[in-house]
Amino acid sequence: MNISLLKKLTLAVWLAGSVLTVRAALTVGDTFPGLDGFSLEGKLPDALKGKVVIVDFWASWCGPCKESFPAMNELQKKYASRGLVIIAVNEDEDKSDMQDFLKDNAAAFTVVRDARQKLVAVAGIETMPSSFVLDGAGKVRFTHSGFHGAATRKEYAEQIESLLKP
Amino acid sequence: MNLSPSRLLRLAIAMVVLASQTGCDTVQPWQRKTLSDYTMRGDRDPIGEGIADHIFFSREMASGGKGVGGGGCGCN
Repeated sequence: MNISLLKKLTLAVWLAGSVLTVRAALTVGDTFPGLDGFSLEGKLPDALKGKVVIVDFWASWCGPCKESFPAMNELQKKYASRGLVIIAVNEDEDKSDMQDFLKDNAAAFTVVRDARQKLVAVAGIETMPSSFVLDGAGKVRFTHSGFHGAATRKEYAEQIESLLKP
Repeated sequence: MNLSPSRLLRLAIAMVVLASQTGCDTVQPWQRKTLSDYTMRGDRDPIGEGIADHIFFSREMASGGKGVGGGGCGCN
């Protein structure tokens, strides 16, 4: 045993530490984890297979999330009959914050609460809100970071159109 | 300097323990409720800021330096 081995060991420990702190985020091409396994509060839609699903992570304290609600209401209304399902996953620590928010901002789509913040940790998002657009097979086809008004709304519409069968 | 395997192992364990004790933590994007509060904003109180600026200027001869040119050095 000598100094050079000690140096190598130090480097190994440091590298292991750095690797462990990197968040493994879900990206395009990944299969989105089954929503049943995360003890989400609220009722999930019965059958998601074959549907285009938008999973959106939001919280009551996040301004852009509030801005995104009218756009998502509109998208849900426009594309529901063709097989779009929007699931908004709330990340508030206090349930009352979510309930107060929903009183002022009605949601025409499914809202569930990730009380233990487990699903969001698996998704590994970088910004609030963040969303994943999934195809009929449950694969992530598009991701969104933040909500940028009309630009994001247009992107959503184009992506949904491309995934929904005519 | 020669180290026996057991001493090396103890050293490695000590390093891991020390590294885990640094107290640094990452606030995840979904945990920023408190940080996103209005009171956490730097520009939440424009009047108070003006008063503070006046005090810096009149008592310490320091003004500006808050993202604009001039830092009390008289060179701008």
